[in-house]
Amino acid sequence: MQDQSANARVEWQTATITGVVRQTARVSSFFFAPSVPFVYTAGQHVDVRLSAPDGYQTQRSYSIASTPDSGATIELAIERLDDGEVSTFFHDVAQIGDEIELRGPIGGHFIWTVADGGPILLVGGGSGVVPLVSMLRHRKARNSTIPALLLYSARSWDELIFRDELLALAESENNFDLALALTRDPVARANHYTRRIDAFIVTETLARLPAPPKQTFVCGSNAFVTTAADALVAAGIPAGSIRVERYGV
Amino acid sequence: MTTRGFTGRGQSPEIKDRVPPGQSLTEDFPVLSAGPTPRVLTEDWKFTLKVGPKPVISWNWDEFNALPQTKLTRDIHCVTAWSKLDTHWQGVLIDDILAEANLEPPTDFLLAHGYDGYTTNVPVKDLTGGRAMIATSYDGKPLTADHGGPARLLVPHLYFWKSAKWINGLQFTARDEPGFWELRGYHIYGDPWREQRYTGD
Ligand SMILES: Cc1cc2nc3c(=O)[nH]c(=O)nc-3n(C[C@H](O)[C@H](O)[C@H](O)COP(=O)(O)OP(=O)(O)OC[C@H]3O[C@@H](n4cnc5c(N)ncnc54)[C@H](O)[C@@H]3O)c2cc1C
Repeated sequence: MQDQSANARVEWQTATITGVVRQTARVSSFFFAPSVPFVYTAGQHVDVRLSAPDGYQTQRSYSIASTPDSGATIELAIERLDDGEVSTFFHDVAQIGDEIELRGPIGGHFIWTVADGGPILLVGGGSGVVPLVSMLRHRKARNSTIPALLLYSARSWDELIFRDELLALAESENNFDLALALTRDPVARANHYTRRIDAFIVTETLARLPAPPKQTFVCGSNAFVTTAADALVAAGIPAGSIRVERYGV
Repeated sequence: MTTRGFTGRGQSPEIKDRVPPGQSLTEDFPVLSAGPTPRVLTEDWKFTLKVGPKPVISWNWDEFNALPQTKLTRDIHCVTAWSKLDTHWQGVLIDDILAEANLEPPTDFLLAHGYDGYTTNVPVKDLTGGRAMIATSYDGKPLTADHGGPARLLVPHLYFWKSAKWINGLQFTARDEPGFWELRGYHIYGDPWREQRYTGD
């Protein structure tokens, strides 16, 4: 259903970078104070627009990593692609105090709030974990005990974004469980996998949820989302309960 | 405003006119979808033309492929800010589908339906006059499931979410009925040259 806000235009505005925190060798979090604070829902993204002196402009989408419960500051976690135009700008040029044009919140499908209930299955590949982390932070901020399982695939242990936060969350035993699938890490760890997500991994991790997921969210590169979503369907999860967000590249 | 320290890759002048505002060129194929990729077998495939709730005519895969075939080479533009130039498609023009059905458009609006339950609205005038087709082939090969195969709508002059994947029908509607993304914050029409990405743009 369309709500009132869906009829209003999402305007471009400037936001000031207030902090930069390195997460992994290739990923950093950038914190923004929007000049016009906005309310958002976990899972949504913003569009960022960069403008060159000659008038050339380019824009990209970035999922919001922060929780809507934590105030107006927006956290984006951006992975540096070596020949990427926008991600290299953030990693190599942008500094605290810089003003950046962005607009949001955007997206009315890949969203979750505690009111939607669960259990929820979250499946992320690489930086595709970002909107899922927002959902988990929202869940935690609301002291929710809705069963949640994150199946998170990355190349290696050191490339897991928000690793310590997620491990601590899994330790605290509030119905949150974490399963890792590390595709290029030879070190085997209990309850975790050292290969790409497949139907067998999905079936095995699903058994860790007290009931089948009400909603499943899959996010990452095109290739990751296709493989993971196929594995979920092969493991018997109804296609209609799976929502995906594709990062394109 | 100018972004401090940003010069950008820039764009070569000869293609500048072909890339709408805010878009960047890609060699990859831009993909947007809301759920998993449905695997539809051509032996199960069916395409139905409806007026309101009423089915007018249906084709199975072989019947549909016997309709007049047309090739289009077009630039396509995804709302996630990717454009791809000179993509090659083959399929059946909406004009030829309507002619075959012997149907004069009874209303000004169509809703495209996909096997995954996806819908998207497009005015009839944007689908006729050689501007749109049901594509069954991309780059000389059968359309893969990832790109919407067996068949997808192709409306290249609008943002690509309008080119519904895994299509199984077109339905004339009395009014312009918002489809899946149009109900979720995306623009009702989606013209890339006017940067109509989101509601109200
Ligand atoms: C809804 C949405 C949310 C997103 N959220 C996030 C997010 O939270 N975090 C995030 O980091 N990104 C996110 N992205 C992706 C982001 O929008 C950009 O696509 C990404 O940052 C790359 O932009 P770029 O300008 O650096 O690269 P571009 O200049 O756009 O270059 C990308 C192109 O270069 C190639 N390329 C360059 N480097 C590499 C490499 N190392 N490996 C493979 N290919 C390469 C690719 O083939 C691709 O065609 C999101 C995308 C969408 C659609």
